[in-house]
Amino acid sequence: MTMREKIEEAASRYPDQRSAIMPALLIAQREHGHLPGPVLEEVADILGVERIWVYELATFYTLFHTEPVGIFHLQLCDNVSCMLCRSEDLLRHLEEVLGIKKGGTTPDGLFTLSTVECLGACEMAPVMQVGDDYHGDLDIARIDALLDRLRATVRQATGADLVAPGPPGE
Amino acid sequence: MFEPVLLKNLDVPDGHLLATYEAGGGYRALAKALREHTPDEIIDLVKKSNLRGRGGAGFPTGMKWSFVPKRTGKPKYLCCNADEGEPGTFKDRIIMERDPHQLIEGMAISAYAIGAETAYVYIRGEYTLAIARLEQAIAEAHAKGYLGTRILGSDFSFVVHIHCGAGAYICGEETAMLDSLEGKRAQPRLKPPFPAVEGLYASPTVINNVETLACVPHIVVRGADWFRGIGPDKSPGPKLYCLSGQVRKPGLYELPMGIPLRELVCDYAGGPLPGRKLKAVIPGGVSAPLIPERGLDVGMDFDSLAAAGSMLGSAGVIVIDDSTCIVKVATRIIEFFHHESCGKCTPCREGLNWVVKVLRRVEAGQGAPGDLEQLAELCKGIFGNTFCALGDGAAMGLRAALAHFEDEFVAHIEERRCLFH
Repeated sequence: MTMREKIEEAASRYPDQRSAIMPALLIAQREHGHLPGPVLEEVADILGVERIWVYELATFYTLFHTEPVGIFHLQLCDNVSCMLCRSEDLLRHLEEVLGIKKGGTTPDGLFTLSTVECLGACEMAPVMQVGDDYHGDLDIARIDALLDRLRATVRQATGADLVAPGPPGE
Repeated sequence: MFEPVLLKNLDVPDGHLLATYEAGGGYRALAKALREHTPDEIIDLVKKSNLRGRGGAGFPTGMKWSFVPKRTGKPKYLCCNADEGEPGTFKDRIIMERDPHQLIEGMAISAYAIGAETAYVYIRGEYTLAIARLEQAIAEAHAKGYLGTRILGSDFSFVVHIHCGAGAYICGEETAMLDSLEGKRAQPRLKPPFPAVEGLYASPTVINNVETLACVPHIVVRGADWFRGIGPDKSPGPKLYCLSGQVRKPGLYELPMGIPLRELVCDYAGGPLPGRKLKAVIPGGVSAPLIPERGLDVGMDFDSLAAAGSMLGSAGVIVIDDSTCIVKVATRIIEFFHHESCGKCTPCREGLNWVVKVLRRVEAGQGAPGDLEQLAELCKGIFGNTFCALGDGAAMGLRAALAHFEDEFVAHIEERRCLFH
């Protein structure tokens, strides 16, 4: 299905097209990786809604990215339960091994590192979401193994270490 | 030994599939409801069971349903609040991942009771596995005639749609959720009108939490008296408790409502980590005021915790041991509320900004004399003066931390450092 078809299908679930903006943005973000202005306008045009309505939502909800993010978005929870299980140590370690600060993206475009509010998986704290997957009961060794696995996925897919031509946004 | 009801399929292989659910007696409650009861009888049954909302507020579910007007000429909606964002809470995720049909059956019976033909499950976007499992379960239920038109040969037709959230804690507040469903920024509405009269698309709407809806099939099959026989009469039923933090066996526990908090933490969850002592417990997600160790003999139900100055909330039980600085915990909690404040009303938006600034400097050992008085003053300016409970939760939590652990705040200011780091 094209992006337009997916959005139109989502819109059929609501009596009001405006309700479909959120699902449409999630579909568009899966398609494009992030939501730059032209994509927001395309979503507005497909749904036939005011562009400002689409901009309002894209800038309100934290899962929407109007700026590019790395291929793997490391989202480490640092809310109370994870904090009590030493998520700070993991953040420091990730910043060290990736050579970036929280909020940054590695120069090869592979990893973006963020801290996020509670992921709702406190039974496996400290926990981190990468793409669709949750990784729990983390410690430094498990973080290292996870980063290795993620790098290997890209190597397998592309046959090269680096995949992005340059830092995102260029 | 308490026999699990809501989590009985937790460890059953393929518990998320329709065949497994049916083999365990699934969808018999829906068949019974449609065949033997009128919608009003179902509402009465749930009223008699004393089921109270599991999302946090503890409002009587049957009474909420009875507020829906009978004849308005408008469609009615059921919304399932699956936007589980209260830090320390993960029960709804596990129900949806492991036993999604239990929720669907609960929704179908509830929709029948209130006369809704459409439901939206507002589920947080991070919960990708729960979303996938629920989507699959909805498709299975449709194929088997448990959803769709003229369900099981009755006159009742009902469809369920999933609506994914996109990362905003405030969507757990029911009127903010409705605005979000309508495609707006999630900001709470002024009440009245209440959603039961004017909710989604200005139509009568009932919003219930996942766990609340999951209780409904069991009440239909086993009866209101069975439900009321579990735990305190005014706050009864099986209850899911989410244990996390500095505790030996974090996880999801199903036990009767009203179980003593100490028993839950020390006996079921194994108590504090080796060599540590319990210091405090947050009993119901970070909106619930913390309880110091000496207060842990309180019952885990709506009324007992309210009487003890806290609340059951989402039953997200966060255990804090003696290696942890309460100022740090309080600061992190307020940072969360500040980040999630929707910005609609001034006391919450501006007040929490001030509270964060003061707390951060106290925690960093740069606090000034008078800071604690200022925090108390700010709490007074926020509490009771906001559109929704977000600001209240923040103020109540901070007040409890200040009341029970004042010495730690004072030490940060006087010694100009944290004694724990």
